[in-house]
Amino acid sequence: MSTTETDAGEMPEVPADPNAVSISINGRTVQARKGELIIAAADREGEYIPRFCYHPRMSPVGMCRQCMVEVEGPRGPMMVVSCMTPVADGQVVRTETEQVKRAQEGMIELLLANHPLDCPVCDKGGECPLQDQAFSHGPGESRFVEEKRHYEKPIPISDLVFLDRERCILCDRCTRFAREVAGDPLISFTQRGNNTQVMTFPDEPFASYFSGNTVQICPVGALTAQPYRFKARPWDLEQRESTCTTCSVGCRTVVQSSRDELVRYQGVDSDPVNWGWMCDRGRFNFQSVNSEDRLDTPLVRQSGQLAATSWSAALDAVAREMRSAGGAVAVLGGARGTNEDAFMWGLLADAVGSNMRDAQLDDGLPAAVLGLPQATIDSACSAGTVVLLAPDLKEELPVLHIRLRDAATKRGLRIIEVSSHDTGLTAHAWRSVRCEPGAQADTVRALLADPAVSSQLASGDVVVVAGRANLAESAEHTVAAIDALLAAVPAATVLPVLRRGNVRGALGLGLAPSAGNDAAAILESAANGRVGCLVLLGADPLSDVADADLARRGIAGARFVVAIDTFMTQSATHADVVLPAAAYGEKDGTTTNLEGRVSNVVQKITPRGTSRADWMVAAELLHMLGKDAGVATLADVQKLMATRYPAFGAAVSSAEVRRNGVVVTAPAARPAASAPAVAPRSSYDFRLVVSRKLYDKALGTAKSPSMANLAPGAAVIVNPLDAERVGARDGAGVRVSNAHSSLVLPLVASASVPRGTAIVPFNQPGADIRELVRRGDSVTDVRIESI
Amino acid sequence: MARLTEENVRLAQEIISRYPKARSATIPLLHLAQEQDGYVTDDAMAHIAELVGASPAEVYGTASFYEMFKFHPVGRYVINICGTMSCALMGAEDLMHHAEEKLGVRMGGTTDDGLITLERAECQAACTEAPCLQTNYRYSFRVTPESFDALVDDLRAGRLADEIPPHGVVARVRQHIPADRGAGVHAPEDVKSAPAWLDGKAAL
Amino acid sequence: MSAGGTNAFAPGFYEGNRPRIVTSRFGMEDSHSLGRYVATGGYDGLRRALARPAQEVHEEVRSATVLGRGGAGFPAGTKWGLTPQDVWPRYLVVNGDESEPGTYKDRLLMERDPHQLIEGCLIACYAAGLSQCFLYIRGEMALAQERVATALNEAYAAGYVGRNILGSSFSVDIVLHWGAGAYVVGEETALIESLEGNRGMPRLKPPYFPAAIGLYGQPTIVNNVETLSNLPWLMVNGAAAYTAIGTPTSPGTRMVAVSGHVRRPGVYEIVNGTTTFRDLLFGEGFCGGMREGRSLKAFVPGGGSAPWFLPDQLDLPFEASQVGPAGSMLGSGAVMVMDDTTDIPKAALTLTRFYAHESCGKCTPCREGGTWLERILSRIVDGKGTDADLDQLLEVGQSICPGAFPHASSERLGISAVPFPYRMNTICFVGPSAYAPVHSALTLFREEFEARVTKRVHIPVTAVGASR
Ligand SMILES: Cc1cc2nc3c(=O)[nH]c(=O)nc-3n(C[C@H](O)[C@H](O)[C@H](O)COP(=O)(O)O)c2cc1C
Ligand code: SF4
Ligand code: FES
Repeated sequence: MSTTETDAGEMPEVPADPNAVSISINGRTVQARKGELIIAAADREGEYIPRFCYHPRMSPVGMCRQCMVEVEGPRGPMMVVSCMTPVADGQVVRTETEQVKRAQEGMIELLLANHPLDCPVCDKGGECPLQDQAFSHGPGESRFVEEKRHYEKPIPISDLVFLDRERCILCDRCTRFAREVAGDPLISFTQRGNNTQVMTFPDEPFASYFSGNTVQICPVGALTAQPYRFKARPWDLEQRESTCTTCSVGCRTVVQSSRDELVRYQGVDSDPVNWGWMCDRGRFNFQSVNSEDRLDTPLVRQSGQLAATSWSAALDAVAREMRSAGGAVAVLGGARGTNEDAFMWGLLADAVGSNMRDAQLDDGLPAAVLGLPQATIDSACSAGTVVLLAPDLKEELPVLHIRLRDAATKRGLRIIEVSSHDTGLTAHAWRSVRCEPGAQADTVRALLADPAVSSQLASGDVVVVAGRANLAESAEHTVAAIDALLAAVPAATVLPVLRRGNVRGALGLGLAPSAGNDAAAILESAANGRVGCLVLLGADPLSDVADADLARRGIAGARFVVAIDTFMTQSATHADVVLPAAAYGEKDGTTTNLEGRVSNVVQKITPRGTSRADWMVAAELLHMLGKDAGVATLADVQKLMATRYPAFGAAVSSAEVRRNGVVVTAPAARPAASAPAVAPRSSYDFRLVVSRKLYDKALGTAKSPSMANLAPGAAVIVNPLDAERVGARDGAGVRVSNAHSSLVLPLVASASVPRGTAIVPFNQPGADIRELVRRGDSVTDVRIESI
Repeated sequence: MARLTEENVRLAQEIISRYPKARSATIPLLHLAQEQDGYVTDDAMAHIAELVGASPAEVYGTASFYEMFKFHPVGRYVINICGTMSCALMGAEDLMHHAEEKLGVRMGGTTDDGLITLERAECQAACTEAPCLQTNYRYSFRVTPESFDALVDDLRAGRLADEIPPHGVVARVRQHIPADRGAGVHAPEDVKSAPAWLDGKAAL
Repeated sequence: MSAGGTNAFAPGFYEGNRPRIVTSRFGMEDSHSLGRYVATGGYDGLRRALARPAQEVHEEVRSATVLGRGGAGFPAGTKWGLTPQDVWPRYLVVNGDESEPGTYKDRLLMERDPHQLIEGCLIACYAAGLSQCFLYIRGEMALAQERVATALNEAYAAGYVGRNILGSSFSVDIVLHWGAGAYVVGEETALIESLEGNRGMPRLKPPYFPAAIGLYGQPTIVNNVETLSNLPWLMVNGAAAYTAIGTPTSPGTRMVAVSGHVRRPGVYEIVNGTTTFRDLLFGEGFCGGMREGRSLKAFVPGGGSAPWFLPDQLDLPFEASQVGPAGSMLGSGAVMVMDDTTDIPKAALTLTRFYAHESCGKCTPCREGGTWLERILSRIVDGKGTDADLDQLLEVGQSICPGAFPHASSERLGISAVPFPYRMNTICFVGPSAYAPVHSALTLFREEFEARVTKRVHIPVTAVGASR
């Protein structure tokens, strides 16, 4: 099973390329590119050269010496390391000679010398490159009779990853990945020579958001993932290629199951998207799909209590309420499902005459940003400059972070970052400026006045990466900043980094708000009794809407609430009908990533209990409302979708939808923007930033046992000098208050936060900062006092 | 367990300032830490990581590659007896046995009084003066059982206290580049042209 | 001065009656001080260099063919010319990590004449346009570090190093850097890694050599301490005077340390290219023959990495073009001599253990193979080996160095030489070096191994436990 190793065809062949060289591999003449490594050229030509350390997405190190081949030289054939030797015109390469075979056998024998050969109990057994190559390229027996190296058996190096140093063959893949790709050099080779071992620093775990990748690329069973250990044997695994919808990067993955249970996701090397990488949250949240707490049957409120019922009874109740609500039906959510789900719910909303729908929960940017000239991940990475008006991508869209980091560190991309505090990309930014909430547009204008910046912006393509960095301020500040930038650099394109898995698909396929009627406005209407039936389509306003008061009032004011979800969310507990939804891996369809790239998601296991795909629910309701759409299968839905949204239709029916996906963007007008006025901050106050961490109380994380404890917890993070001014030590509880409310949070002093700003991570265990946030406030100021 | 003292941080900064990239100072700073505490503590490594802009794991990865750094307390004097070919040909093995007996410890061990740690070492670049040993990196040449005993007795009696500083101190002289004399350190990316003295002519 | 007792100030050094280029001050107690250095013509070479255009100075060094003394013997002037056009800055890294078994010369040069080295660095930087110099001294050399630090402090104060040297536009800093004990760091790319604060693991070649991509990714010249110490004399006396000593392909002098079973082990500055091993081992001005009543069994001609020589090779001169075809190399100027009392398997073990211990761990053949060789060898030495082990040694060696491995010719054995070099499956020479002594010992003295092992039937162990 090869997942990351496939060469994604990054080197298209252009006949007249001055960089083209021709070489001979095993007697066959093939084209290659100057500078390309022999092993990469051979891969492309289907001539597999065995290897352990080489990985096409990392710089070669030539450690394992397994990839030696023969190259004709001036003094006869020479053995060279094919992962380090570039091709040269006229080069004659042989990969299957006696010499080569001997070298490979010798290397395998040496690698096995100290290897424990515990394959029968090893997670990797059956899919282990070392084991495979020992069979195909090994001597078949070992003459090593000495005592082997001994180390303590698997030690946890983080909450998610175990390390068995006896199995390690020191290929430098994990350590190289941590340093070079993730930028989290928390594991390193230690000691020397035959005692070399991969280790963390004492008491500092390998707490990288990307740690799971090291498990995937480990060519032996040295690194194993806690959630997968002893779960399945490779020969029991069934798998299908899919797209991760944990966030909107949309990493291509392989979904693997065993006995109708999800057991593992592996990254697939999609050249335009994830290059084989995944973040740990996306990789390991299959556990939540398997959770005991999943909803498995419809519930209807009867005399105050939610009680199990049949689908027909539940849907009857919903249809009845929808009918009686007239046009006052509202649909919130849809961003966690497929394109087909969103499309059918859009149809349903149309059918009942609703003008209240929004796939976001007042926590993104106005959907109009999708109408700006769009960039892709690739175009951002190959641009001259990227302007970041976005949240910390490492926390929210981790694999996009990896791609931009790679571009900045290796490919000459210059990043200009405008942010309220240091982020994962700050260290790699060409310019990183701090800006108070509300000051984004002014900060951009000040930057533009800097001649060095304007000449940088004039020197090549410019991409604005824009997202919602702060939930305690109006989204209009970011829109105004984008506007300021586009005014100065009209040719710039925008990569909107709205976070939820399929938010872009949902917004594009019928669940975008109509003018002025976004989620906040809908909740306000609901609070005022103007919503008859509120559908929460995989949405949990009580947890996710930044203005907690608004969410509470909205849910309470809606006459009838329908929650369609995989778990009993906070909001669902207040619903009148709860419908169990099929989860990721339980339904087929397509999804749209943040670039507008449409790719497929697949069903791998049977949906839990009687849960169904969202689109089926909508189809059923349409039928019950007498507006049957005539769809019985997913294919029907897609056909119908193609008539309404031809671009999507074309994408969905192309073969590419099952590989790298197809980018679909809709042209639209530039949104008018004006930043709301910001009152000056009193000198005693802190301006509040509420931003996300990768791990929070979201159910995908909270219901995945190995990640449930990774959320850092609520805290207020301020500059050490401010902490001193407040008179509180690191870790001490402080009172955070404003006119709306007051709560107690532990204080964390960090130099990554500028003076005057207070950061509070969102949706964390502990006191809920949302009590201090009001939708109408342009920015949020708080007072911090020691107690 | 100690971070670097204020005085050593000052020295560390002086050392760092001589390199175009701070990371280059890693090994010198590890020596400084070992000089301070007799061995390299975890806290010191974490502190050095901050100073040179690396992760603690990277600093530990570097430190543990090198023979001289100790991660546990060792004796005030570390005696390294060379066992590579030239010394072996001249009787290093017998000398090692003698040393183990005299000190009552095996190779790698520390005497009960914590004064002396005995180690087997590889070639010390004094091959013509074999067998040789180093005490805190100060040489003894053509060592005999008698001269070894005399060395140990001198160490125990404190007679070499002036000559041989405690473990961790290697060179007792530090380089200082006077501010008004230094040519100046530049990040490689900031240098775009040939040095002035080439007069614009290409180097060969 | 005749070859009397060992030099009081430079333990192990014997002056002899020979031309001296780099050791001329070794007999003076204060040879390491700036005062003595200047009083004996020190920094004149620098002055002369600065009076000429840099390119001319470079040309002078090139025409003198100053062979590198660090092991590979590549001419310094030519190496300086390998830097890519118009890439700045360029650095000089001085290799003072001397750790090759048997090698003892750079330490003396640093302890006894640090200013000569400093002056050499300055001349190199001037000539090749190198704008900063890092002088990397082996970590375990406390005295050398102190002497060089003192000399640098003096030289800065006196205006020989730093900004506008001797009032010219030439400005260069020399930064004293010191290691922490790892032989492999002597390898130039590992030295650069170490200097960047990393684990001292050699970088891969191809494609890059430090002259093109070195320290911080910039063009970097790595030169040995002795190589650079030649430059002051060369600047004062000129290339013609330099090439008048030795042979055209190996001009000048070189320092050689002879250790082991000779009457007078020591460090000698010998005339390059003409002095033979016989002169060195048996000559009166040199080692004066074997220990009382003993005869020569074998010797390692060029540091622990070199395949061994027998008495058959004694008449070879210090000339790479003759030593290579004879099956070995001159390396770093280190001769280790074994007399007829030597236990050959045990002697080989001391070297193999060294290289196995010093493996950086990067290449599989070196990391696993070196230790494996050591284990087998030590089993044999302990009398626990079997005859199958002897072939096993050679087979493991094949995984490190495939194909024929160089060795000396022997009349006694009726074998002819296999010339240097060998092919290798590793990045650097540490792996092959673990094998070289095993191969030499086993090829030249197989009977000593056979006498040690028992005949036993070899029972294979199945390689992979998993059944499929
Ligand atoms: C394993 C290994 C160890 C080495 N050790 C040293 C050393 O200790 N000192 C040295 O000057 N060169 C050493 N060298 C040679 C250097 O790589 C390099 O060739 C030399 O420093 C260049 O200087 P030169 O041209 O002046 O000889 C070593 C090479 C190898 C492969
Ligand atoms: S743990 Fe795996 S990936 Fe990492 S170095 Fe060891 S074998 Fe390679
Ligand atoms: S794959 Fe080339 S050396 Fe490992």
